[in-house]
Amino acid sequence: MSKILVIAEHLDGKLNSSTARAVSAASAVKGEAIDVLVLSDAPEAVAAEAAKIEGVSRVLTVARPENAHPLAAVLAPQIAKAATGYSHVFAPSTTFGKDVAPRVAALLGVAQVSDVMSVEAAHTFTRPIYAGNAIITVEADAAHTVVATIRTASWPAAPSGANNAPVEALTVDAALPTHTRFVELKQGSSDRPDLQSASKVVSGGRGVGSKENFDIIYKFADRIGAAVGASRAAVDAGYCPNEMQVGQTGKIIAPELYMAIGISGAIQHLTGIKDAGTIVAINKDGEAPIFEIADFGLMGDLFKIIPELEAALGA
Amino acid sequence: MKILVGYKRVVDYNVRIQVKPDGSGVVTDGVKLSANPFDDIALEEALRLREKGIAEEVIVVGIGPADLTAHLRNGLAMGANRAIHVVTADAVQPLTAARVFLKLIEKEQPGLVILGKQAIDDDANQTGQMLAALWDRPQATFAGKVEVADGKAKVTREVDAGLEAIEVDLPAVITTDLRLNEPRFIKLPDIMKAKSKPIDSIEFGSLGVEAHDHLKTTQYAAPAKRSKGVMVKDAAELVAALKQKGLL
Ligand SMILES: Cc1cc2nc3c(=O)[nH]c(=O)nc-3n(C[C@H](O)[C@H](O)[C@H](O)COP(=O)(O)OP(=O)(O)OC[C@H]3O[C@@H](n4cnc5c(N)ncnc54)[C@H](O)[C@@H]3O)c2cc1C
Ligand SMILES: Nc1ncnc2c1ncn2[C@@H]1O[C@H](COP(=O)(O)O)[C@@H](O)[C@H]1O
Repeated sequence: MSKILVIAEHLDGKLNSSTARAVSAASAVKGEAIDVLVLSDAPEAVAAEAAKIEGVSRVLTVARPENAHPLAAVLAPQIAKAATGYSHVFAPSTTFGKDVAPRVAALLGVAQVSDVMSVEAAHTFTRPIYAGNAIITVEADAAHTVVATIRTASWPAAPSGANNAPVEALTVDAALPTHTRFVELKQGSSDRPDLQSASKVVSGGRGVGSKENFDIIYKFADRIGAAVGASRAAVDAGYCPNEMQVGQTGKIIAPELYMAIGISGAIQHLTGIKDAGTIVAINKDGEAPIFEIADFGLMGDLFKIIPELEAALGA
Repeated sequence: MKILVGYKRVVDYNVRIQVKPDGSGVVTDGVKLSANPFDDIALEEALRLREKGIAEEVIVVGIGPADLTAHLRNGLAMGANRAIHVVTADAVQPLTAARVFLKLIEKEQPGLVILGKQAIDDDANQTGQMLAALWDRPQATFAGKVEVADGKAKVTREVDAGLEAIEVDLPAVITTDLRLNEPRFIKLPDIMKAKSKPIDSIEFGSLGVEAHDHLKTTQYAAPAKRSKGVMVKDAAELVAALKQKGLL
């Protein structure tokens, strides 16, 4: 029977919602146990949150000062040790999971399945390649531990609240390197909803024209309670910070409503929004490829349309 | 210091990939191939470190079939000193690629290995991290800025939360993100010069790497298509439609 170890992602003492998505994927394996591993200098609060996620059997904590920041080189040897006895190790396909999971896989001497979209059987998964233009079915060798990252946009967050899984402290005997040191994290400070879990997202592209003009996107997003995203072109041009990039090499998201404003719809961008519920495109070019996949398209100048939208929303 | 650069050839990013009707693979016949965009960025970064006097030699590495030499010549034309071609007819998975790089590291003793964060064909995003683990050295993935001095690299990483800076001791593995730099264009005289630069061919089989892949791809399918929706005539109609769906 399968036993799945899910690596928790957290920041500033809070569990990241991607963890509950990875738990959903773990549930789809239909194994006998799902344990969540929390590596931190002070894991208590995060562990308590993880214990509430439905489907979780146990929460295992490794408290070490070296785990104060998520350095893959430091975490991977501990995860590899903790993985003993598990058939699967899952991490979310976020920058955290993408950084650490392959390092764990290599320590275990196994391949990794990246960006799991569906679990067909305990060792059979689907995943995207070529920016999502093809979906492959991969079979992992059942004789080895499966290390996988879970494409968060493909999985709902497992519900939280009803569960009360036991929390157990774990001591792992792993030598930790000192060759990698955390310096700082510059977070974009924003009161807006989190891009990766928001139900509504408004994104601006090169068509927005400048950093100053981007305010019109922020203002409109705030008006409808949406998170803000961007195309690569907008990020490259310095209109907004890197963490706002949506797409193949940015964030893959699945909001209920996605509004692409002044974005042409390159495949690398579309791959990030394929799973959105409703896609709205606003673009002055009627031939823009974004209209091919939009549920609602509106052709015109965004600087004229956005104020009209705000007016139509009423007071 | 020597820098090893991963230089993979992939289907060009502008090509819209088609899945073969029988689900046995994707159509690659006659399709344009180019350097993995992240690997051009890796090479550019290595060249800049050489131009700053931090590195002396930049070596591009390609693992792939016999006709990969033309692609490696592009890397040489861009400015690499030499190329290593690990010849194999079969596509290698990231773990195998990482094991190959480790063999080359043992031989070349580089101070830095720069790979792309992901190859845009398999979109795996694994090789650099796996290599760092096997080599037991630091990794700095998703690099948006790299500063090398005194046997250390300070790397600013593009992470979901923002920008994270870490410091790593060299040797180390760095993987590139899109905003690290803008790769230079190849100039005609450089293409001529590249013809006399060495490409070292090594048979994959001679490296003693076990190509034991634990993953088997059994099926290729086209993604679920989103159908084209409707065009609305103005802002009021759009708001009404979204309200009706309960989205606003
Ligand atoms: C390896 C690789 C990875 C990539 N990864 C990503 C990724 O993760 N995410 C991503 O987004 N891109 C990615 N790209 C880039 C992608 O190919 C496109 O270049 C990018 O998405 C274009 O951004 P854009 O649509 O904002 O700009 P453009 O393509 O320039 O489109 C701007 C649009 O704005 C419209 N417009 C202009 N002015 C107005 C106006 N006043 N009102 C209304 N509309 C207006 C124009 O008609 C046009 O359609 C990647 C590329 C590569 C090579
Ligand atoms: N066959 C290969 N030849 C050269 N470099 C490779 C190869 N496979 C992977 N790499 C390097 O590893 C990076 C990440 O690839 P991947 O893990 O497959 O997404 C690429 O950007 C390359 O730098």
